[in-house]
Amino acid sequence: MNRFGLGARLGDESPEDAKGWLLEQFETYEAKPAAMTDLPSSAEIFVAYREDGAEIRDLPEVKRARVRQELRKRGQKLYEAEIGARTLSALTGQAPFVEHLVHFWANHFAVSADEPLTKALAGSFEREAIRPHVLGRFEDMLFAVETHPAMLLYLNQNRSIGPNSIRAKRAAGRASRKPGINENLAREILELHTLGVRTGYSQTDVTQFAFAMTGWTVAGHDGSDEAKAGVFEFRSQFHEPGARTILGKTYAQEGVDQAEAVLSDAARSKATATHVVTKLARHFVTDEPPTSLVKRLQSAFLESQGDLPTVYRALLNAPEAWEAKAAKFKTPWEWSISALRALGSTTTMARTAKQLGQPVWRPQSPAGYDDIAASWAAPDALVRRVEVAERLARKADPTLDAREVARALIGPSLSETTAIELARADSPAMAIALLLVSPEFQRR
Amino acid sequence: MMDRRNFLRGAALGAGTLVIAPRMVFANVETARRFVFIIQRGAADGLDTVIPYGDPALAGLRGPLTIDPGDMNKLDGLFALHPSLERLAGFYRDKQSLFVQAVASPYRERSHFDGQNMLESGGLRPYERPDGWLNRLSSLLPKSQEEAIAFSPTIPLALRGAAPVTSYAPSSLPEAPDDLLTRVSALYNADSELHALWSMAMENRGLADAASAKQDPASVGTTAAEFLSRPNGPRIAMIETAGWDTHATQKQRLANQLHGLDQMIGALRDGLGDVWKDTTVLVATEFGRTAAANGTGGTDHGTASAAMLVGGAVQGGQVIADWPGLATGNLYEGRDLAPTLDLDALIAMVAAESLELDREKTMRALFPGRPFNHKITGLVGA
Repeated sequence: MNRFGLGARLGDESPEDAKGWLLEQFETYEAKPAAMTDLPSSAEIFVAYREDGAEIRDLPEVKRARVRQELRKRGQKLYEAEIGARTLSALTGQAPFVEHLVHFWANHFAVSADEPLTKALAGSFEREAIRPHVLGRFEDMLFAVETHPAMLLYLNQNRSIGPNSIRAKRAAGRASRKPGINENLAREILELHTLGVRTGYSQTDVTQFAFAMTGWTVAGHDGSDEAKAGVFEFRSQFHEPGARTILGKTYAQEGVDQAEAVLSDAARSKATATHVVTKLARHFVTDEPPTSLVKRLQSAFLESQGDLPTVYRALLNAPEAWEAKAAKFKTPWEWSISALRALGSTTTMARTAKQLGQPVWRPQSPAGYDDIAASWAAPDALVRRVEVAERLARKADPTLDAREVARALIGPSLSETTAIELARADSPAMAIALLLVSPEFQRR
Repeated sequence: MMDRRNFLRGAALGAGTLVIAPRMVFANVETARRFVFIIQRGAADGLDTVIPYGDPALAGLRGPLTIDPGDMNKLDGLFALHPSLERLAGFYRDKQSLFVQAVASPYRERSHFDGQNMLESGGLRPYERPDGWLNRLSSLLPKSQEEAIAFSPTIPLALRGAAPVTSYAPSSLPEAPDDLLTRVSALYNADSELHALWSMAMENRGLADAASAKQDPASVGTTAAEFLSRPNGPRIAMIETAGWDTHATQKQRLANQLHGLDQMIGALRDGLGDVWKDTTVLVATEFGRTAAANGTGGTDHGTASAAMLVGGAVQGGQVIADWPGLATGNLYEGRDLAPTLDLDALIAMVAAESLELDREKTMRALFPGRPFNHKITGLVGA
């Protein structure tokens, strides 16, 4: 419950068959829970953003700043609404293990809400590219991710143009900017999303893949299909003609099929299997996952051709995954969600997560947030957790008895020191705060 | 705070080497020097920071990124600082800043994360070492002084390792009551990991009360100055900056980024007062960016970049470069500024001279297995 789920919830019965409880969640998971039905699609967000931009351009200079500020506020509101929906699913959803997996994959395929448009799209990215595929095939998730407007814009794929493409030839001779490629997405697909760094690809492979990907863009720029504004579009005018050779294999396909074929091969490669399952094992089991566990998961990945539930089952069936010792120091997100679940309360997670050093969907890097204790267990970070715990405890139900909550949530692994300190606390709120920052509760 | 390990080391030496031991202790205790490492995460574009405006190939490569030389802060006949770097240009005129161009760590691939890992760990290969060079530098200093400090809630790799370090970042959260803090201490007594972290956190409490809780670059500089100017405060600090990965719309973004960095260092200098004369600030990034602009008004991952050195003890007013040139044939792999200076050696020499440590010994401790370079000594005065 604590290691694979999101922490025990106040009033939950501890399941007798933990593995069965986790597996049942594959049936009860909702890709589109009620909390998310009212949120706009990425295409709607994109179109609204573009219209806002046009509105600002049409305004006289003096009025621009004020309208811009209004729009920024609206963007912040959408971002907070998205975080609210994510939090609510994590707190009340029927499948906390699968929700936890959604958080894992959204971090594996991280976009970072640094720019206003990426910030507005970050929630829709998780809803549209991750949630529908978390119990599907890795390859399908990969395609959904690399064709989502949030990713195409975040890693600058949308304006990457082949130097010998129709568009470049048309622009030749005209001044301004010379059309060219942008390697960013191609590189991060190989390095972060699929094969993993140092698995044998070269700068030439990156450049060749970037050429293959030219034309992958978001509709809604000059001259593209207006009806499709804000969705993935392959623009053949941007595409660099010719065959590409990547990791020794020649891709002679024309158009969108070329990069698709490269992605498919990458999704099925052994290096990808190793990379992805090592991260999964590190996230759920321990910072340095044992080779035996990685091997087991890798076989499951390769034999099932990336069928994710098969990989999750292999994880739950692995003896290494059930070592008694709580080995993972919770990230700020995991800690806050588990604290809220423990108290049966809700709060504005957007602010809390930021104060704890892990703003939601904003790792400021396409590598996502780190997943090891060394990155999160630090002096100042601990003080922040105590400050948040104190605030949560003050707002919690005053009739809660921390000693009973501890027995229910932590059970037999509650240490004597913690039990004594909880009993000594001079108020119920103090005891609750201590429980939330106890060593047992900081780890899973 | 008495340090047991240091005490024992002195005692062991005492028997046979009475002459040397007391001097060591003395030298250890009285370090007034401060060393600050600012990392630019994301591969900062050195060619747009310390701009080789005198290189005839520059304008052709940079296209839409070109900056009017009239707006730049000229350093010499070849190099100029980006227009945003006004304070740094002032330090240059006052001979308190110098710039190093075409410098790179031994890393020659183009992954941010491997590149940062090598820059921070000082290993010969990515993920070879679990600890950082700044931590090893801290272990060369006397233990009686306070720990090195990271100005962020967590500890960056460069500072991780055996020597005790701490972290601090301004928080907008209301402080927890003292009673709760005391009880948390009791709660962590039996847990060695949390106990150690908590003890350090408690030592930092209240040290930065007067500093603004804001996290803008200038406020971070002010907060850092407040810690570093305390008589018993930390001597080594690290500040992390992000947002340098300018694949698109580089012109505006880099102007903002560099303005922030300039403000941060300016606020640090203003806050340090007299201590500035004992301070060295080193700014470096994991690698540079392509010499040519890409198709989206930005630049892609490259190789060599620029480093900066600022402080009262710096032998400023010079640009250190073995300039490789930007003509196509001179670019690394036909695309990047070629590295002609070793960033590892630069870091080790600057750290050693800033903290008055032995240069070769510092090089061995910080970057084991990497060559010592006599050419880049003398950048920081005694």
